[in-house]
Amino acid sequence: MSELLRREPHIISSGLSLLAEAAREQAASVTQVDWAPPMAGTEDVLVPVLSDPRRLAANALAVERMLAVRAHLVDVAPAGATLGLQPGEFLHAGPPVSWDRAAGPLRGALMGAAVFEGLAGSPEAAAELAGRGAFALAPCHSLSAVGPMAGVISPSMWLFVLEDPATGQRTYCSLNEGLGKVLRYGAFSADVLERLGWMSGVLGPLLAAAVRRHGPVDVTAILAQMVQMGDEGHNRNRSGTLMLLRDLLPSMVESGIASGDIARAAAFIGGNDHFFLNLSMPACKLALDAARDIPAATMVVAMARNGTDFGIQVSGTGDEWFTAPALTPQGLFLGGYGPGDASPDIGDSAITETAGLGGFAMAAAPAIGALVGGTAADALATTRRMYEITLAEHPLYRVPALEFRGTPAGIDVTLVARTGILPQINTGMAGKVAGTGQVGAGLVTPPAAVFPAALRSLARSLPPRRPDEAAVSYS
Amino acid sequence: MSAEHVEARPGAYADSVTLMRVSAEVREADGVQAALIAMATELNLGLLPEMGFRLPPDAGPNHLLVAVRARDDTALASALAVAETALSARRLPAGAGASLATPPRTTAAAVRAGGGGLALISVPGRYAFAEAMDALEAGCDVMIFSDNVPVEQEIMLKDFAAHRGLIVMGPDCGTAIVGGVGLGFSHTLAAGPVGIVAASGTGAQQVLCLLDHAGAGVSAALGVGGRDLSAAIGGRSSRAALAALDADPGTELIVLVSKPPAAEVAAELRDFAAGLATPVLFALIGPGEPDLTAATETAIAALGLPVPAWPQWPGEVPAAPHAGFLRGLFAGGTLCDEAMVIASDRLGPIRSNIPLRPGLSLAAREPVLGTTGAGHAMIDFGDDELTMGRAHPMIDQSLRLERLAAEAADPAVSVVLLDVVLGHGAHPDPAAELGPAIAAARATGGVAVVVSLIGAASDPQGLHRQAAALQAAGADVFASNAAAARFACEKIEGAR
Repeated sequence: MSELLRREPHIISSGLSLLAEAAREQAASVTQVDWAPPMAGTEDVLVPVLSDPRRLAANALAVERMLAVRAHLVDVAPAGATLGLQPGEFLHAGPPVSWDRAAGPLRGALMGAAVFEGLAGSPEAAAELAGRGAFALAPCHSLSAVGPMAGVISPSMWLFVLEDPATGQRTYCSLNEGLGKVLRYGAFSADVLERLGWMSGVLGPLLAAAVRRHGPVDVTAILAQMVQMGDEGHNRNRSGTLMLLRDLLPSMVESGIASGDIARAAAFIGGNDHFFLNLSMPACKLALDAARDIPAATMVVAMARNGTDFGIQVSGTGDEWFTAPALTPQGLFLGGYGPGDASPDIGDSAITETAGLGGFAMAAAPAIGALVGGTAADALATTRRMYEITLAEHPLYRVPALEFRGTPAGIDVTLVARTGILPQINTGMAGKVAGTGQVGAGLVTPPAAVFPAALRSLARSLPPRRPDEAAVSYS
Repeated sequence: MSAEHVEARPGAYADSVTLMRVSAEVREADGVQAALIAMATELNLGLLPEMGFRLPPDAGPNHLLVAVRARDDTALASALAVAETALSARRLPAGAGASLATPPRTTAAAVRAGGGGLALISVPGRYAFAEAMDALEAGCDVMIFSDNVPVEQEIMLKDFAAHRGLIVMGPDCGTAIVGGVGLGFSHTLAAGPVGIVAASGTGAQQVLCLLDHAGAGVSAALGVGGRDLSAAIGGRSSRAALAALDADPGTELIVLVSKPPAAEVAAELRDFAAGLATPVLFALIGPGEPDLTAATETAIAALGLPVPAWPQWPGEVPAAPHAGFLRGLFAGGTLCDEAMVIASDRLGPIRSNIPLRPGLSLAAREPVLGTTGAGHAMIDFGDDELTMGRAHPMIDQSLRLERLAAEAADPAVSVVLLDVVLGHGAHPDPAAELGPAIAAARATGGVAVVVSLIGAASDPQGLHRQAAALQAAGADVFASNAAAARFACEKIEGAR
């Protein structure tokens, strides 16, 4: 029976402020909801999705599975052997895209990778081959992988291999090249390719030896610590990078590999604040993959961009991508670059926001807010706003400035549609012309249209209801 | 040469009541000839050409329309500035101190921040389901003030609430009193032994105000929504409300008020009530049933209190109308039902947009366009069809004022019967608008005007001040709607 008449009345009012005012005038305790209509075109699909009696339990299960995952770095190995990637096959960030529709940075990265693999003598020749359909392209996500920015993975590149010890599930990510003129931002000059060669020839094998000697590295534990050290795991990975180096350096030294190589590797990792991003991302993917394929669950399990389209995947709708044209980030630019030089949003790194890091953990990394002229207060407000669209608070990622409250995690499509609040993503910006490299960093959101599209698909996935069956059973 | 501005602004939203205030403020600005600040619903877009504005391209219900025509560019600019100021003034008041916290955007978020309780939902009806489901999932009881909620959604919400041990009051629940707080259109009454279950907002208000006149207090008034006793809903919330009041130690007597119910649902509820420890009196509007005043008198007597003579305020200039028809212009659907039951017994069939039987219905648009030639007729201006896209007639009296003038000008009309409902949430001073309109109606048409004034002693509008203003305008005013209806019938009979 309802406790309505037994509890002290506290009113939560949505709609007419007049009614809230009238209750307040009678000395009632009133919270006014700042309500606004849902995203255009979603009101009619929200009803069947919200009334699906499976939804609550499905989302609870999705959250439980996501939060139960522990990501351990268990190996470092070449993509060809690990993923079965053949010469001429390339993985890329975001939802599927053809060469014809590929953005400048993705084209640049594919051209550089083709030269790196020895498939073409020059970037121009590679472009010509790609234009003739000589290469096979697939999203990283289709092979349990993620890649930052262009996210291009070719067979000779080495990958981090992460595993959840409880389930044996694995995810993969390339090694981070640093900032500036790098392949993932679409650059393909000789120094870019030389660095890739060193990473495959020296860095990868050295890290593999170190990880095998050290044993699994608990990436989830590092993530939990870095959130309390000013990192948000997407655009700022400084403490995470140094903690990884702290863990692996003794094993690197003991590996028997030449000290000069170890010194260069240690300097490279320590000098690249983003090195840990490529562990943060697959750790987030590992957590979200565990929440996939739960019928009726409305939780987002991937957000990814290829520079042309922004796509999301949702637990209850399998591998279906919901896409719309990617937006261009707002932020600060390197050197003489300006807004006109930036490519639309690109990269699988929004997997961090999907899992409760990145923009969602902005309150833990107020320095990131400065990219758009924001204050520390803005950073707090951003994280607070994300609680409106998420299903859970992450028990491991705790924000000191919010009294150690867990970060908002598990984006609910219905909450995004109802509130119109879009996920906040921190990101790098690539030059739109192939070969340019990084031009800046900033903030971006998904295009709003992907959420109503996902909602419509969820509504279609409902079991058919008999026309005379007005009521549903919630038992 | 006048200057004009028409704009459909995306991503801006304010509720209809707020926007009407903004529109009114802009219309009063110097040099403004016409202004409409409203959400770009189909209805509001339809108003634009009528007001002589062009239609903005691509406007939809998520856009805020700002349409202003003024004497010249200078007046237009200052009118638009008035609009901006009024729109930004609507922002919610900041919480205690300079908190960084932004107001919650959903009921669930509000519960996380401030604890659970009773969710009061008054968003437009097509959006109410999502908020109500959210509130129930967060463990809140729910009062849905919104109307125009589809019946299948009402059933889903009430079944889910039953599964969770919660109550859904509504949809279209206008009135409730919980923990001494009047919600929606309501009144502040002394605490006392009477618990009310109401499938009717204004019906509950009539009973509450009569109890107040008699000096009896209430423990709680739980609205259940106007359709709860229909065959489709089957009394789902009435049972939950009766059970809650039965378990409440402060409730000694329950009065169940409803618009005309489905007979089988009424019978089931009588059976259910018979199994409760607390006595239940039924005040179900319909032929052969006691009217609300009579039912309240029974309740007062059952409590051992004296039944008072109900207040009335005779018009200052007695009306002697010519022979003709009765027209009821009601804000309260149940008050309209009650008046129709009483009047049809004495005068014969009454046509209406909420007819007592199907053969007497007025077409949907007819109440707006006019009831000339309808014979005796009564209109419920609070019916869903007439409130779509606009505020309830207890807040916005403009449609009723227009009808009053039109009915008075119709030589076939002899008596106009109105209800005026006071209390929290209602118009702050209805007599200020109705008084002059009643005086004008009496002067032009020679009609008699009879008013049922539903108010409690502590109502913010001032019960006696309102009564005096209506009386001075020439209306005969009654605290009992049934008494007002009978008096109107006597006037018609006397003029034959």
